[in-house]
Amino acid sequence: MADGGKKKAVGLPLPLMQGLHGEFYRHCAAGRLSFQRCSDCGRWRHVPREICPACSSWNWSWEQSSGRGTVFTYTITERSMHPAFAERCPYAVVVVEMEEGVRLLSRVVDCPPSELEIGAGVTVDFLSLESPAAGADDRQGEQAPGQEEIVLPVFRLA
Amino acid sequence: MKDKACIVGVGATGFCRGEGSGKSLHGLQLEAALAALADAGLRAGQVDGIMPFPNLGTAEGFAASLGCENLRFATTVNMGGAAPVASLGVAAAAVSSGLADYVLMPAGWNGYSGSRAGAIVQEMTASIPGGAIARDFYLPHGLVAPPQWYALIARRHMHEYGTTAEQLGAVALAMRKHAQLNPAAVMHGKSMTMEQYLASPMITDPYRLFDCCLETDGAAACVVTTTERARDLARPPVYISGVASAQPYPADEITGREDIFRTGLTVAAPRAFEMAGVKPADADFAQVYDCFTFEVVQQLEEAGFCARGEGGAFVQEGRIELGGELPVNTHGGLLSEAHVLGMGHVVEAVRQLRGEAAGRQVADASLGVVTGWGDFGDGSIAVLRN
Ligand SMILES: [Zn+2]
Repeated sequence: MADGGKKKAVGLPLPLMQGLHGEFYRHCAAGRLSFQRCSDCGRWRHVPREICPACSSWNWSWEQSSGRGTVFTYTITERSMHPAFAERCPYAVVVVEMEEGVRLLSRVVDCPPSELEIGAGVTVDFLSLESPAAGADDRQGEQAPGQEEIVLPVFRLA
Repeated sequence: MKDKACIVGVGATGFCRGEGSGKSLHGLQLEAALAALADAGLRAGQVDGIMPFPNLGTAEGFAASLGCENLRFATTVNMGGAAPVASLGVAAAAVSSGLADYVLMPAGWNGYSGSRAGAIVQEMTASIPGGAIARDFYLPHGLVAPPQWYALIARRHMHEYGTTAEQLGAVALAMRKHAQLNPAAVMHGKSMTMEQYLASPMITDPYRLFDCCLETDGAAACVVTTTERARDLARPPVYISGVASAQPYPADEITGREDIFRTGLTVAAPRAFEMAGVKPADADFAQVYDCFTFEVVQQLEEAGFCARGEGGAFVQEGRIELGGELPVNTHGGLLSEAHVLGMGHVVEAVRQLRGEAAGRQVADASLGVVTGWGDFGDGSIAVLRN
């Protein structure tokens, strides 16, 4: 980065707490990892969709996941591609395949990136981020509206 | 649609890094467009169809600058790096159905001196494929850029099929070797060894620096018309024998696909080969969209040049180098020539089929394949012949 040492704090990109995405994250804030499940064909789905791609049903409910899954794939990012993550490098971005069959992009918080292995068992945990209101001056308009606490689903080795 | 349309003109600007092109985004693409029109022996005013690359210009803007007073076909295929080759199909359909007579397809950017890829990620979150999905589910965990999206697929491929770093390196080395035969390539005069490849810094595992495409200033363009009109023009026509494009499923989310290796090309390739009435093995060369090394391996598999899982071995032992079984990216590709958004691959295929590729000419090239790859795995493919 050719910033010439001029450091400008860049806020962590946060989910906007809107629509079905917001509902997903509100379940996380309540300590539950939940996914949509079709009431007609029984299919679990993630990311949230308004209708079931398998049977076109509008009927669904949020159902709590067992929270257990395995590492499906990952990448270890060593060179920063976004200033908000520069200080975390190297960090691993991990795709977890849940017992219910859906996959979720997340991270494994208690495992050094170099020790990650595909197939490793993991269980969900929750990471509360600072309130978007705090330090909002430094952000570039990425913060969620309001004062809502944002909780990300993360994983620990099982 | 087989052989009903031809590529009749190609052109490109010079490619550079350093001080940059000194031209605007629009001007750079105009330079390539004028070169393609001159190559075809057409006046700019004869163009009545324009297909710009997504987000890099409008047909209206190009028509205004070029004096196209009769623009009647203006559209863009929204497939990122798969757009130029997908546009060949749309342009062929347009001219063969009479919607337009001459379709101009410009593509290019100041990828070095202008908006670098990293800056685009930050400034244009909304333009990331999957928009709100990426914003709400990827970015909070630090999945922000294309090398990371595709690295997830590459890592899984290495796990399932034993694909190795040296095999990815073989792709990088082949492109670099070809660039030594292409004076226009940014990496001309800069050869590379496997040791240098392996020693290059890790960017996002398994991608090292030399697994990643260049960021360069440059543009390229081509012109498509009907086979009948092509016969009256300046250059030998290159026939669009087969062409197809397709989306992965779902196209807006890259982690949850039931079969993570199934991309748009998986669907498109059999259709393009069927239309052309040929098999992958019939191709004399392939220009494969090489945003990163693994995408070459994956596309060779999904296009049917080898079975899934065999791509790693396929790219070794000089098989994809000039003189090998299937020379790939004879110009050096995005990895070693320049990042012209896939249009450079079209230009190179045409030059090969016209026998104009000088020191890197594939002997007796008569049938070639070009692919495009974009966004979360959109795919396109054209089978071209002379
Ligand atoms: Zn259903």
